[in-house]
Amino acid sequence: MSVSDQNSAPETTAIETPKNVALFVTCLVDLFRPSIGFASVKLLEDAGCTISVPPAQTCCGQPAYNSGDKADTRDIAMQVIKSFESYDAVVAPSGSCAAMIKVHYLELFEEGSAWHQRARKLADKTFELTSFLTDIMGRNPVTAHFDGTVTYHDSCSGLRELGVEKQPRRLLEAVDGLTLKEMKDSEVCCGFGGTFCIKYPDISNAIVEKKTKNIDDTSAGTLLAGDLGCLMNMAGKLKREGSQVDVRHVAEVLAGMTDVPPIGKSKKDKKG
Amino acid sequence: MQITSPYFKEKSSEALKDENLQKALGNVERGFIGKRAKAAANLPEFEALRDRSKEIKDHVLDHLDLYLETYEAKVQDSGGRVHWAAGAQDARNIILDICKRANAKTVTKGKSMIAEEIAINEHLERNGIEPIETDLGEYIIQLRGEAPSHIIAPAVHVNKEEVEADFRRTHRHLPPGRNLEDPTSLLSEARSVLRDKFLAADVGITGANFLVAETGTSIIVTNEGNGDLTQILPRVHIVIASIEKIVPTLEDVSQILRVLARSATGQDISVYTTFSTGPRRAEDPDGPEEYHVVLLDNGRSDMLGTEFQDMLRCIRCGACMNHCPVYHAVGGHSYGWVYPGPMGAVLTPTLIGVEMGGNLPNASTFCGRCESVCPMRIPLPKMMRHWREKEFERHATPDRMRRGLSVWAWMAKHPKLYHAGSRLAINLLGLMGRRKGAFKKLPLAGGWTEHRDLPAPEGQTFQQQWAAQHRNSKLEQAT
Amino acid sequence: MNRRIGNSNRATPNGRSSILAKIRKNIKNLDDPVREARVTDRLSRSPVGLIPARARKAHAKQVDLFCEQASKVQTTVTRINKIEDLPAALAEYLRGRNLPKKVRMGNAPILEQAGWDRLADLEISKGPTQGDDPVGLSHAFAGAAETGTLMLESGADNPTTLNFLPETHCVVIRASDISGDYETAWATIREKYGKGNMPRTVNMITGPSRSGDIEQTMLLGAHGPRALQIFVVEN
Repeated sequence: MSVSDQNSAPETTAIETPKNVALFVTCLVDLFRPSIGFASVKLLEDAGCTISVPPAQTCCGQPAYNSGDKADTRDIAMQVIKSFESYDAVVAPSGSCAAMIKVHYLELFEEGSAWHQRARKLADKTFELTSFLTDIMGRNPVTAHFDGTVTYHDSCSGLRELGVEKQPRRLLEAVDGLTLKEMKDSEVCCGFGGTFCIKYPDISNAIVEKKTKNIDDTSAGTLLAGDLGCLMNMAGKLKREGSQVDVRHVAEVLAGMTDVPPIGKSKKDKKG
Repeated sequence: MQITSPYFKEKSSEALKDENLQKALGNVERGFIGKRAKAAANLPEFEALRDRSKEIKDHVLDHLDLYLETYEAKVQDSGGRVHWAAGAQDARNIILDICKRANAKTVTKGKSMIAEEIAINEHLERNGIEPIETDLGEYIIQLRGEAPSHIIAPAVHVNKEEVEADFRRTHRHLPPGRNLEDPTSLLSEARSVLRDKFLAADVGITGANFLVAETGTSIIVTNEGNGDLTQILPRVHIVIASIEKIVPTLEDVSQILRVLARSATGQDISVYTTFSTGPRRAEDPDGPEEYHVVLLDNGRSDMLGTEFQDMLRCIRCGACMNHCPVYHAVGGHSYGWVYPGPMGAVLTPTLIGVEMGGNLPNASTFCGRCESVCPMRIPLPKMMRHWREKEFERHATPDRMRRGLSVWAWMAKHPKLYHAGSRLAINLLGLMGRRKGAFKKLPLAGGWTEHRDLPAPEGQTFQQQWAAQHRNSKLEQAT
Repeated sequence: MNRRIGNSNRATPNGRSSILAKIRKNIKNLDDPVREARVTDRLSRSPVGLIPARARKAHAKQVDLFCEQASKVQTTVTRINKIEDLPAALAEYLRGRNLPKKVRMGNAPILEQAGWDRLADLEISKGPTQGDDPVGLSHAFAGAAETGTLMLESGADNPTTLNFLPETHCVVIRASDISGDYETAWATIREKYGKGNMPRTVNMITGPSRSGDIEQTMLLGAHGPRALQIFVVEN
């Protein structure tokens, strides 16, 4: 354990029962599917948190970071740190954005610098939604009901950078009426990869085709995941293939907010 | 070998349409992933051994000059010779010289990625010496005039029907009516054809998985036994190895051996792990009379002390490509040079220059599966990102993308404008997409909608709705 | 835009000094005063790393594990009581496989002790092979139970060609030479050859030759022996 880890240890214990929680909405949720944001708010409030949504948030900076644009990423990171550092905890309904703040912001600043310390403090109290609910709040706020069989895709960043694997499944177990049927290779990438899917559309397509096949093979009526980017990719492909599978963020089901049409479907679409 | 790395995108599009290749690539997923997982799970100490192995290589890299000197002295003590090759041309010259002095007509070769890297076969052929690949996979691709598409399974892109056709085409001395339907008969035929070549060869060239500084020993790890026949039968044995293959002691090698085969093929250990130290001794009834080691740098010393140093821990197990969704989709040849997959995406720009290999690190979803299985815990995505940073710094990022990125970044840094602008765009888009729920086509989104629909936004942004609710609740509180 | 391989197509004079100079220029902590001491220490102590728990058990259990692990990789194992039982056991093995009763072997003392003249119909010859011997017989100086791995040293006692050219490779090992791990074998080698020295060749062998190069399906009998038979001598 490094010195800085030791220093930050009391920090972690201090937020064991965080009250003032800031929601990092994520740019995709903000723009494409606010329902996920409201579902997250409901889950967090049910768990006893008071939610704020700092208005100065835009994006975590990943598109710039993964394109090699470190200067812009750093500016965006500083903006996020400033807007969020005063809260007890920061929660994002996305493993990928949470990992950006929790893992990668530290790499943007020189070790020992003031900004590095601020990034470290923010990292220590930033969480992906399902892991926050289970690992940090330690109680199960789920009272939802969902009729049907779902399958769950593990988004890469959440799974491999944050260890989000059991948490969403544990929460889903508590949903009344829900059956979870695992797909083959649930831990394999869906081919989204942020700008990758635009830069290499053919390869991205080959990867997502394998994913939708594995989804279809489960005969589950609904696909869930914890990252809207992956969900939009898989939903878009399923729709193009004519599949009837509904696609939703895991928070929507956990919060019992499934009255909005699934991702990529309209109110007129019949339930799959 | 032509380098086609700058054409990764074009090559990968061809690969995706190649039905034979796609069929063969299925074997990568079926053949490696489950076996590795099982082997790792069966050894409780596996994760700890990964840590140990990483530590050993990190220690070596911090003391590389000293270990190389020790290694060289030990090789000399045991009667061998060490040749230092700064670059590919140096290595080719050295090897050709040794072969010429041995009056070599044919040279057998064990599988060596370094030999591919310096393209030694072409060089020997140009100088009238016949190189014969003896690893079955390497032999197959040599018959086909191809480069390997995988670092431990060079012919993974070839189906058995194609192997049969290649054998019928090239083994003309055998009866045309022979049965070659099942893989075992193909293996037997290669065995008998190559047996004669082993016995006739004047020089044997092998790579090395490790070089042990303590003893001056080179180590090869194989399953077929071809590497051993290559190095014990001819009069001269040449080892070609890169400088980072050094490990301090036999104990250190033993640590890394415990993760190598498990990560590569899912075996607990490969069939043959052979430790060679110098030429045949006075009391030896067999073995080579001359033992040469060619130590190749070829850009590796430039990686020391940089953000790419960790890559020098690589032991060439192939686990990263075996677990890579991009490799599974496009295969190894798309990467355009010797090293494919994630390790290739990191290594290629270093070894052949960023102008040639610089776009490979972009072809990753950063899913991180490679790093999660790398026995040496090499942070492959992080290093691919370093390459992207370098590409961005030298303004090599394509203009269109760079412009788009800078507009987006400017917006992201101005939240008020960002929210106002995004609200307008998203509200409009939401309205347009409301009826169908998704777009089949959308201006500027061709990269997305070529293969999939774009789910339409719900309508109002989250921030917009939250602000409205917040205003309302404030109003309620006020009244 | 294509170009030939080699970012360094010009020959570099003094490869050795230029490579070492470049390494020293780029290496981190070159000024560290204990760098050399650290290397000397590691090379002289050769610290033993992590040994899998499965290898650390009573000797009799290690022998059992060795046989079990070898069998898992398609090696056949026969446990014999004493070395004098070897000729009969070998003859039976050859008979069972319909192999010619013709064996090529080295001068290892343990093989001398077997007393081959008691079996008249077993044809014994000695020395390295040119590839025309169907059966090779060698002696392993060590065995590692963790993976069922044989360890053989080269020399007049054990021509290395016998390990690879015959279609059938038989290996004799004393149960007392079997230990849990590879590291024990290195200790044995150091005792015999001195610290830092090795026989010309040490072969770690785990199962018969195989290849997975055709469609990633493992097939036995690539270039080396198609069959590997171990005789474990209990006493």
